[in-house]
Amino acid sequence: MTVPELKIKDLHVSVEGKSIVRGFDLEIKGGEIHALMGPNGTGKSTVASAIMGHPKYEVTQGTVLLDRENLLDMAVDERARAGIFLAMQYPSEVSGVTNADFLRTAINGRRGEGNEIPLMKFIKTLDKKMQMLEMDQAFAERYVNEGFSGGEKKRNEILQLMMLEPKFAILDEIDSGLDIDALKWVAKGVNSMRSENFGCLIITHYQRLLNYIKPDKVHVMMNGRIVKTGGPELALRLEEEGYDGMKAELGIKDDETVEA
Amino acid sequence: MATQQQLPEIDEYKYGFREKDVSVFRTKRGLTEDIVREISKKKNEPQWMLDYRLKGLRHFYKRPMPQWGADLGGLNFDDLTYYVKPVQNQGRSWDEVPDEIKNTFDKLGIPEAERKYLAGVSAQYESEVVYHSMKKDLEKEGIIFLDTDSALQKHEKLFREYFGKVISFADNKFSALNAACWSGGSFVYVPKGVKCKTPLQAYFRINSESMGQFERTLIVVDEGASVHYVEGCTAPVYSSSSLHSGIVEIYVRKNAYCRYTTIQNWANNVYNLVTQRAICEEHATMEWVDGNIGSCITMKYPSVVLKGEGARGNTLSIAIGGRGQNQDTGSKMIHLAPNTSSTIISKSIAKNGGNVTYRGKVHFSPNAVNSRSHVECDTLIMDDKSTSDTIPYNEVLNKDISLEHEAKVSKVSEEQLFYLMSRGLTEQEATEMIVMGFIEPFTKELPMEYAVEMNRLIKYNMEGSIG
Repeated sequence: MTVPELKIKDLHVSVEGKSIVRGFDLEIKGGEIHALMGPNGTGKSTVASAIMGHPKYEVTQGTVLLDRENLLDMAVDERARAGIFLAMQYPSEVSGVTNADFLRTAINGRRGEGNEIPLMKFIKTLDKKMQMLEMDQAFAERYVNEGFSGGEKKRNEILQLMMLEPKFAILDEIDSGLDIDALKWVAKGVNSMRSENFGCLIITHYQRLLNYIKPDKVHVMMNGRIVKTGGPELALRLEEEGYDGMKAELGIKDDETVEA
Repeated sequence: MATQQQLPEIDEYKYGFREKDVSVFRTKRGLTEDIVREISKKKNEPQWMLDYRLKGLRHFYKRPMPQWGADLGGLNFDDLTYYVKPVQNQGRSWDEVPDEIKNTFDKLGIPEAERKYLAGVSAQYESEVVYHSMKKDLEKEGIIFLDTDSALQKHEKLFREYFGKVISFADNKFSALNAACWSGGSFVYVPKGVKCKTPLQAYFRINSESMGQFERTLIVVDEGASVHYVEGCTAPVYSSSSLHSGIVEIYVRKNAYCRYTTIQNWANNVYNLVTQRAICEEHATMEWVDGNIGSCITMKYPSVVLKGEGARGNTLSIAIGGRGQNQDTGSKMIHLAPNTSSTIISKSIAKNGGNVTYRGKVHFSPNAVNSRSHVECDTLIMDDKSTSDTIPYNEVLNKDISLEHEAKVSKVSEEQLFYLMSRGLTEQEATEMIVMGFIEPFTKELPMEYAVEMNRLIKYNMEGSIG
């Protein structure tokens, strides 16, 4: 099996006519974990939503290739089935649908008719992954995200990630609002996915999560594009100096900062 | 939305097939006193029933059309055929039923359901019950399950004691019409203390064009007894309208329990104007589980009169209003005694320009002290063309009660669809999932076999409803 590749080239994205992402380039290969950092409103989440295909985000220029196929030509569900996963900042609630039913429908949708996952295998896998995330068994039978706390929702996103086994995952501020225990479970889940068949882009404000999930590369995004790339040490430096120091170094003026 | 797939508009109605007319007798179009007399004579009825029919007819002529609710302007009483006798004799086995009619019920899966899980089956085609059977052991326990015409012949005394006592012919224009030309329906009597564990099912089918079907169902659950009765309805698609105007009267005696489940899936040229009411004595429980999916216009408000102390009434309903449909449905709970309680949970879905209206009433009499009612109306609107209304009436004539009313209208949101699709579900699957989740409180109350059928029906019904 060839190692999967995600190539984002010269991506421009507008929201309601306003240009947010302007010339975003990034390449991730299977086996790599990248972190995307940057101050509020620089377009990090916009990149994530645009790659997944959220209807509000209009791609005005550029390509996103997953193993040479242009994701931008595909509907949201086709992107998902091609192997993209987005762990969302604000996951939706679906009343009356249990987590287990939802996951099974999603898995079977990928596998296609006639190749559905056997029920026992599904239950066993689900049990195992839930145990790893220290989620109570009752979660499987609770309605999707309904009445979940912020931390529970994030853990549920990671559970879906582990069950769906995509080629690439984008974690959009998965660490926001998490206490230290929840952060560890999330990290444990993501680390368990590590293999050369899986690549990951972690969007975060803080270095904290990166203590538990060690990134291969750290990118800093400002004004709608990546302005600096480095190793894990870049995240540490940002933690100490903040974004202002880097702005000064790169000669970026504040008034250019876009709002998301 | 940018990602939306172009889905075909599927509005086919799966049960819209028709068989050739094999009827042995039909009255002329329109409704006259002669026709009512003819129906009664054909059925060899006692004089009191003919008198009752004629009283109903006079009231029907006199009574104006209802000036509230859905627009019934398209209904032409002169175009309808009020009585069609499909066969000479009722069948006790499916082999005795003519092929054309048996085909219909085969396609609807009735004989199969009967073998698998039903205690008794009644199948009505046009105006008469063409097939009827009940398991032997239930007969031994004294349960009576007959078509209503046979019950009048065989159990006249018991029949007369309850007939027309819960719903008067003068209740409304359509109860008067039904009183005049009723035919078919079920009669159920469950003796004291007898619990009928598996459901009894009646199936109603209209095959002819411009047909009026006026079945009359009477259920008496004696003290401490219990029963679950299920009805389903379908019809072929014609360009002209048919009318289904049934009456269901239920008497739930002390400590008894009755559940009445309807899965109404008439073709969308059928006016469905039905009166259903139950009376509950002390500590009796009545439950209406009411699914309205088909018809062009439905006006239907299953009611419970909580007459005895500690009586309970529940209604759980769903209504789906698609293109050209107006589902004006709800429930009434009439609290007349102390310590009575009721719940109404109504789930409505409007799509493709359809309309759903919840219209309900909760009444507390001065005597209904320490009583309570909880009403919940949820509506899911699928697109901008569709509409919904919630019209609750509350009449509270004493201070010592508790009444809660919750109403919620939601739309299938872009965010929800995006979320589900980002996990690999197609837009169709995602929409279905949201809808199935919405009506889950309803489907979970159905016996498993019906829940499966219901899910299938709704999935089918929701196809092509987005875009």
